[in-house]
Amino acid sequence: MSTTPSRRDYSLIGRDAQLAVETGLSAAEWYHTEIPRKQMKELMQRSDGPAIRDTLIWPAALVVSGAGGAWFWGSWWCVPFFFVYGVLYGSSTDSRWHECGHGTAFRTQWMNDAVYQIASFMIMRNPVTWRWSHTRHHTDTIIVGRDPEISVMRPPDLARAVLGFVGVLDAWHAMSDMLRNAAGNISAAEKTFIPEQEQPKAIRIARIWTAIYAATIALALYSGSFLPLMLVGLPRLYGAWHHVMVGLLQHGGLADNVTDHRLNSRTVYMNPISRFIYWNMNYHIEHHMFPMVPYHALPKLHELIKHDLPAPTPSILAGYREMIPAFLRQLRNEDYFLKRELPPTARPYREEFHDGAVAAAAE
Amino acid sequence: MSDWVAACAAGDIDEEDVMRFDHGGRTFAIYRSPDDEYFATDGLCTHEKVHLADGLVMDDIIECPKHNGRFNYKTGDARGAPVCVNLKTYPVKVDAGKVLVRIR
Repeated sequence: MSTTPSRRDYSLIGRDAQLAVETGLSAAEWYHTEIPRKQMKELMQRSDGPAIRDTLIWPAALVVSGAGGAWFWGSWWCVPFFFVYGVLYGSSTDSRWHECGHGTAFRTQWMNDAVYQIASFMIMRNPVTWRWSHTRHHTDTIIVGRDPEISVMRPPDLARAVLGFVGVLDAWHAMSDMLRNAAGNISAAEKTFIPEQEQPKAIRIARIWTAIYAATIALALYSGSFLPLMLVGLPRLYGAWHHVMVGLLQHGGLADNVTDHRLNSRTVYMNPISRFIYWNMNYHIEHHMFPMVPYHALPKLHELIKHDLPAPTPSILAGYREMIPAFLRQLRNEDYFLKRELPPTARPYREEFHDGAVAAAAE
Repeated sequence: MSDWVAACAAGDIDEEDVMRFDHGGRTFAIYRSPDDEYFATDGLCTHEKVHLADGLVMDDIIECPKHNGRFNYKTGDARGAPVCVNLKTYPVKVDAGKVLVRIR
């Protein structure tokens, strides 16, 4: 029997949003691998040490690469410096924003807050809006109409996904949202996940950022040089490629509307440089299942629960080798997705919740 | 009539940890602080009704396991996003090795 795929409504105030709430798919109880409390407590323990070490390396590398780029500005020698600076500015800030937003990077909360604010500015995500959108992402991961952070919707907009590597659309939307918020306007979609008492904070931040960008543009005009914009703002475009490359792998091509992170998230083994930039978020099933575990303990968590998870994707390249064909197939059948196989040691999926999705994957 | 209810033995909770206690169709969280004092709050996070007993106790903070919302478990105060509503607290005493909670 063939079925006609229905178009998904990703609007946070649309049909599928309402349906998810009515059916209990939203705010549902998700699957967790059983871990003894004692071990879980050890994994959750916070420590300032690893994040202080990584955070000292991060601005030091930013300063050195940025200074090198500025020094060699006007010659081709600036390119490798801006290559490094761009990735540190436009990609590593994604993971700093993320981990400090969870409050797990440092034990000391003000350190999480400080790095969160700086990283939010660099990655162009309003720290208030995106804190709440990410909260929703964890409540309703890849639930259509509820999750505001679905990178590739179905059917996939591949041009949009490719443009993401140079940050064009992200930056455009970020600037538009910043100016709209700075004008005192919180959108209807934003109001669905930002509590009313938090909304003025989003507006205040947007106004501060608008002033910073205006000052940077004014400096560029005054000096008759792009250099100020190469250091502030533009790195979010030319350095975005790494965070998009690893970010698409988090959920790309996998199931939607399920309540088991083993079905909709992907753990990928990566090289140490990418893991430093990404702060171990390549262990993405583990992170979603246990968001209390800090980034530096995710490899240990992975070893502890991998018997209950699908086999990790062995590399970034392997991830794209399975994800791109899935995207292409979703152009013809948006219900298609990659069904993750579990090892014999794993507890099975609760198929009663996922029957429809499993049938679609098999087509 | 006394409304003190025995929740657990004092030794059932490690220092700087939390334990779930269900009673009368309600759920509570019982805490043992690093100073060896005991406290009790409602058991579910005021943000999205997740059991706090699965969370992490750090000093006088309980962190929710789902979204990392933080409360001071001694006072019930919400300590930042995504929690905005305070947690209800309950008096606790230890008597003959048992942790008693006064449930109103």
